[in-house]
Amino acid sequence: MTLIRLSGVTKSFPATTKGGDPVVAVDDVSLDVAAGSITGIIGYSGAGKSTVLRLVNALESPTSGAVEIDGRDITRLRERELRALRGDIGMIFQQFNLFDSRTVAGNIAYPLEIAGRPKADISARVTELLRFVGLADKARSYPEQLSGGQKQRVGIARALATDPRILLADEATSALDPDTTREVLALLRRVNAELGVTILVITHEMDVIRSLADRVVVMEAGRVIEDGSVFDVLSAPQHPATRRFVASIIDEVPAGEKLQALRARHPGRIVTFRLRDGDGSQAEVFAALASHDVRFELIHGGINDIGGRVFGHLTLSLTGEAGVVERAIVAARTHAPLIEEETRG
Amino acid sequence: MDRLVDLLPELLDATYETLYIVTFSLILGGLLGLLLGTLLYATRPGSLFPNRPVFAVLNVIVNFFRPIPFVILLAAVQPLARGIGIPGIGANFGVFAITIASLFAISRIVEQNLLTVRPGIIEAARAAGASRARILFRLIPREALGPLVLGYTFIVVALVDMTAIAGAVAAGGLGEFAIVYGFKQFNPWVTWAAVLVIIVIVQLVQFLGNGLARRILRR
Repeated sequence: MTLIRLSGVTKSFPATTKGGDPVVAVDDVSLDVAAGSITGIIGYSGAGKSTVLRLVNALESPTSGAVEIDGRDITRLRERELRALRGDIGMIFQQFNLFDSRTVAGNIAYPLEIAGRPKADISARVTELLRFVGLADKARSYPEQLSGGQKQRVGIARALATDPRILLADEATSALDPDTTREVLALLRRVNAELGVTILVITHEMDVIRSLADRVVVMEAGRVIEDGSVFDVLSAPQHPATRRFVASIIDEVPAGEKLQALRARHPGRIVTFRLRDGDGSQAEVFAALASHDVRFELIHGGINDIGGRVFGHLTLSLTGEAGVVERAIVAARTHAPLIEEETRG
Repeated sequence: MDRLVDLLPELLDATYETLYIVTFSLILGGLLGLLLGTLLYATRPGSLFPNRPVFAVLNVIVNFFRPIPFVILLAAVQPLARGIGIPGIGANFGVFAITIASLFAISRIVEQNLLTVRPGIIEAARAAGASRARILFRLIPREALGPLVLGYTFIVVALVDMTAIAGAVAAGGLGEFAIVYGFKQFNPWVTWAAVLVIIVIVQLVQFLGNGLARRILRR
């Protein structure tokens, strides 16, 4: 079931200089987000992902196109209705954006106060949320007394206060160290799994997408350039920008300088086999090579596990008599696609 | 020295007058400045209620009045004071003139301190469903309270200073006391007595303001 739908959404901002062209932040973007999913939008800064996020809770309104939440076009809502809508969509931020003048409990209570909940309900809910994010002992602390990871957990508790169906995460881990990032990502996975909250996360880190999302949308210059399951996009990125993001976390098939360096160290014939979720068997490849009189060495590559599905590539250096090596490769490639073959250097 | 002892009742009266002028001009100028500063903050481009014409007009008004030297403003507003039934000398004239002079400075200080609230805080409140008015009148003043208290402390000290200058045109207070009994009668003891009282007032205000701000900021 689609919970969030953007149809042909364009958002342009007035020119920053007089007489200049308006800045098109989001350019004809269409996007469906299924209820209960974790969708990641990745892009470099200025790609428009941040604006897309703010279109969902109407902090920005589109120049054209429609934004639907649960089948309702929110671009037609009045300010009062929008405030009610925002109350039902949680949002967390890179810089946490906690209220410094309020305690942890006061921060979490804020959306509930806005919603006009009775005091007793608020304090019960705050206690429950503090326990959920593991900060039960910090209720009376002030944000400045917390670490970055704790601040983000307060941010998450505040965003969840009104029991929203949607959580928007704006670079929520980009200001955190790797360990804290893992903690926060684990908490977000729990939010999704235990509370059934649909999460839309924007990031410039492919690692966040890999460990959190089930679907990834790649944006560049305001447009969606690639959209698919995290496994599909990571294992077979199509667009050059997507490949750059994927290369940041996954060893690519060696090329260029990398390949030159490998060639310099390994005198044999260099071949790369692609393995992708059952499409290719590592064991058969090795068995085929071993049954020929060739020596082979694994010199590059690796296996990646995305939600239980594996893919990767193995770059081997084969040495032996040329004809035998050739026959070994022919035998092996019946078991796994050979995506790049280098002739003897 | 003996002369100073004789003048003690006058010194007390002058102190009282100074406190009177400072208190009432702080209340009037402080509130009007708060209002004007909040308006400047709220209407500036990109703020909660952006309104270019209103912001531009307010900005010009503040920039017009703020640089006028206080001594000159003091003389300039005398007819205005008489026009609304306030005598051109005395403590109430002091309150009137200082309120006008300080409200523009206060509005800038208020505006600047409200601007210290990070835009992200406002965005978080908006994302939580808070109305712009609620953010402007409840959240932002609370978030900026620490710097605001320090700003107002600074202003009180400036008001004491203005009161002394107003004394020069017979608005009463310690400034007038120092000039009439000290400076004009060549009696440094009397002048310094007034200075000492002013220093005590300033120190006290600064101490209270710092303490209060520390409590708000550090908790």
